[in-house]
Amino acid sequence: MRTKIDMLPVRRRQLLKIGGACGVAAIAGNLLPGLARADARAVNAAIEKLIGDRTPGTGRIALEMPLIAEDGNMVPIAIEVESPMTETDYVKAVHLFADRNPRPKVATLRFTPASGRAKASTRMRLAETQNIIAVAEMSDGSTFMAKARIRVTIGGCGS
Amino acid sequence: MAKPKARVRVPKKVKKGEVFQVKTLISHRMESGHRVNQKTGAKVPRMIIYSFVCTYNGKEVFASDWEPAISANPYMAFYVRAEASGTLEFTWKDDSGAVFTKTAGITVE
Repeated sequence: MRTKIDMLPVRRRQLLKIGGACGVAAIAGNLLPGLARADARAVNAAIEKLIGDRTPGTGRIALEMPLIAEDGNMVPIAIEVESPMTETDYVKAVHLFADRNPRPKVATLRFTPASGRAKASTRMRLAETQNIIAVAEMSDGSTFMAKARIRVTIGGCGS
Repeated sequence: MAKPKARVRVPKKVKKGEVFQVKTLISHRMESGHRVNQKTGAKVPRMIIYSFVCTYNGKEVFASDWEPAISANPYMAFYVRAEASGTLEFTWKDDSGAVFTKTAGITVE
């Protein structure tokens, strides 16, 4: 995989630094699977705590992010939820999770009818290839969920 | 750490009812608390901005709670519907108790 590494926009020194910091985490991750990393159960528990026994609907949420992230330290993501964003019908919050990060929670976005559009973009750290899960809470109490897989070439170490 | 520098981009003039994009960026290391100091082997303590709030003429229009999984120098872009001329105020809070604010004026026609 030499060619692939050479192609990355990372200088040699930087790469060594990243490699050094990742090494420990990677070894620990391999020897102790599930100890340092969150697993699907932890994420499910967190989602259940959020939405209780309501069954989340599908659709309405669009996750915009690269299919392959070369640098796990800075992965751009945009989340948009379809909604008229009026006083009576709007998106209250969107909760973002990364199921294989040391701490799966990434962020909560809180919208109001004055947002006009339920869309926000940010940049996140991802430790490894994993699923991104978004849970949206609507003003009428309904919930929606979306999931997308993202491949990470170099993890954002110790994210 | 150098004093965080916040930058925001808000259109100067918008039409009433128009939904416009707001872009924000603040310099901050966002120390995750998972990193290990290579020399001492000690964990570097967590030091992140955990709260971001945007108000429009005093009313909260958008807010976000951040976890260590938000990248260093956090960027956040979102939308606001133009109602009346006034100011947008942005507030970031970090683990040290520091509060950073920035304001931007907007004219609604």
